[in-house]
Amino acid sequence: MATILKAENIIKYFTTPIKFKALDNISFEIQESEFVTIMGKSGCGKSTLLYILSTMDTDYEGKIYFDQQLITGLKQNDLAKLRNGSIGFIFQFHYLLPEFTALKNIMIPAMKLGSYSYEEIEHRAYEKLKLLGVEEQALKPASKLSGGQQQRIAIARALINDPKIIMCDEPTGNLDSKNTAIVLETFKQISKEFNQTIIAVTHDADFAKASDRTIEMADGKIISHGLKQ
Amino acid sequence: MNTLKKYFKLSVDYEIALTHISTKKTQTFIAALAVAIGIAAFTFLNSLVLGFNRDSDETLFKSIPHIRLFVDDDLSMPLIKNDSNKYTAVITNPKITNSSKKLSNPQYLVNQIKSKDYVENAASWMNINLFYNNGVAQLNGSSSGVNIIEANALFDIQTTVVEGNINELLSTSNGIIIGVGIAENLNVRLNDNISVVSSMGVIKVMKVVGIFKTSNSFVDKTKSYMNLSSAQQLMAQGPDYLTDIYIKVKSPYDAPKYTEDLKLLSGYDAESWQIANESALSQSKTRTVMMRSISFIILLVAAFTIYNIINMTVKQKMHDIAILKAQGFGGPSVVKIFLSEALIIGFMGTIAGMILGAILVNILSKVYIGGENEYFPIQFEPTVMIASLIVGMTVTAIAGYFPARHAAKVDPITIFRS
Repeated sequence: MATILKAENIIKYFTTPIKFKALDNISFEIQESEFVTIMGKSGCGKSTLLYILSTMDTDYEGKIYFDQQLITGLKQNDLAKLRNGSIGFIFQFHYLLPEFTALKNIMIPAMKLGSYSYEEIEHRAYEKLKLLGVEEQALKPASKLSGGQQQRIAIARALINDPKIIMCDEPTGNLDSKNTAIVLETFKQISKEFNQTIIAVTHDADFAKASDRTIEMADGKIISHGLKQ
Repeated sequence: MNTLKKYFKLSVDYEIALTHISTKKTQTFIAALAVAIGIAAFTFLNSLVLGFNRDSDETLFKSIPHIRLFVDDDLSMPLIKNDSNKYTAVITNPKITNSSKKLSNPQYLVNQIKSKDYVENAASWMNINLFYNNGVAQLNGSSSGVNIIEANALFDIQTTVVEGNINELLSTSNGIIIGVGIAENLNVRLNDNISVVSSMGVIKVMKVVGIFKTSNSFVDKTKSYMNLSSAQQLMAQGPDYLTDIYIKVKSPYDAPKYTEDLKLLSGYDAESWQIANESALSQSKTRTVMMRSISFIILLVAAFTIYNIINMTVKQKMHDIAILKAQGFGGPSVVKIFLSEALIIGFMGTIAGMILGAILVNILSKVYIGGENEYFPIQFEPTVMIASLIVGMTVTAIAGYFPARHAAKVDPITIFRS
């Protein structure tokens, strides 16, 4: 199985309020269709690592390979294109655009990518909504939905461009157990059935247990790469 | 609306911009209203100053030509030029020579000038100073010896004539057309005779064939027109004596460009109206600068409103900007979203402002003010409209660009972490 994401000697400093080494020489590989969780105490640098992997933070030392291609040092606009087509994001907060319907929120990244016609994008968005079981909410404004529904719409949005990797920062942090279970099932399904890779930062031990592998971090270092289950 | 949607769905950036402004109708309306007022003021004030300047120039052109061709005064020079140090230098006071002011072969010259493609019309002219007498009453004044057909083509004299007819001058060789002030002061009527005395001492009895009234009472009290031959007789000169050629060009504002060409053609001096009337010109410049400053200040306020509203939108939408950037909207896309919001608001405001300005112009153009024009000298100016559109869009583009650039620089990580 091919390596989808490889990090080599990642070092990250924070300069404010004082110079502080947030990530200390981190190296690891993630395979295609793996469902990986990253765990650790608050401030151990797991979110920092995720944002570097996500290409949004470019201020670091070391090298990152995405799909065998070095992405460290690419221009901001090229990284934006890469994120648009190949990376999906799910956060603790849904970050849906409140003025748009649920459907439109899902469609926007695909409209930006522009690989499909408007009608095809609409059709694909409905498929993702069905996958998450929220197709009835399609035409409601995003701001009128419940928290669980909003997070499921956000997941559908992350999936719309069939990204190779889906990066999640505490995806179930705000959800009740019922919704957490739905999200977990969806993650398992997309990694196994659609061969998409999932990297999720989490505090939730049950959630981590359900993943293929858990990377544990402490004080900016990886203390366990986890065993492939 | 559907076709609009179809067009805008091509670019998701525009769709987001449109959604933002359509969900905040009040803010959009206020910003557009500010632009509309600014542009209306800009359109109105600029139409006003343009109409006013054109009107004052037209008034000016009723009495002075675009270009005047004349023989300039010569200054006397020492007969022996002191080129070397061999001779003792002779110092003399420069004086105006009493050389002739006569333009030679004037009719040929007039025809030559008329054949130039930038010249609309040209007329032989002779200005003389004289006294008007009727019995013991005597008035000081000036008269123009003209070919009345040519002169009328230049200055539209007929429109100012209140009694008689200018064409009478053609059939009456000793005819004179006098200002209404002269007629009153000398107590003469149409077809009465008056005697005139020139500075050369020539006395001539002339018949009043016309009385004119301009908007300038000084002109009415001093000015008269007579045939060229009468003027030549009063100056004790022959029929080829002429002091000026008055020229009307097709584009008066380019007059200075043509003077050089006319100097070369004739060998005499040529003076454009701009040179001859610097004070009138500086007045119109002052008016233009004044009105433009006022309208730009009003526009600045409008620009600031746009800036404020886009800035507020950016501040409110930090989360949206962060997620859009995470999803692959680059800096240029974000700039496009907020800049198009500013431009859409600006465009609506500009169009509304142009309409409002045009209505104001229309209302004012119907206000009666009396005088020669009767109505306020303002009209619909297509050039001002085009300028308003360009200025309106430029100002909103600048006002929108700064907050848009600020939005493009938002760091999504700081938003997600907070």
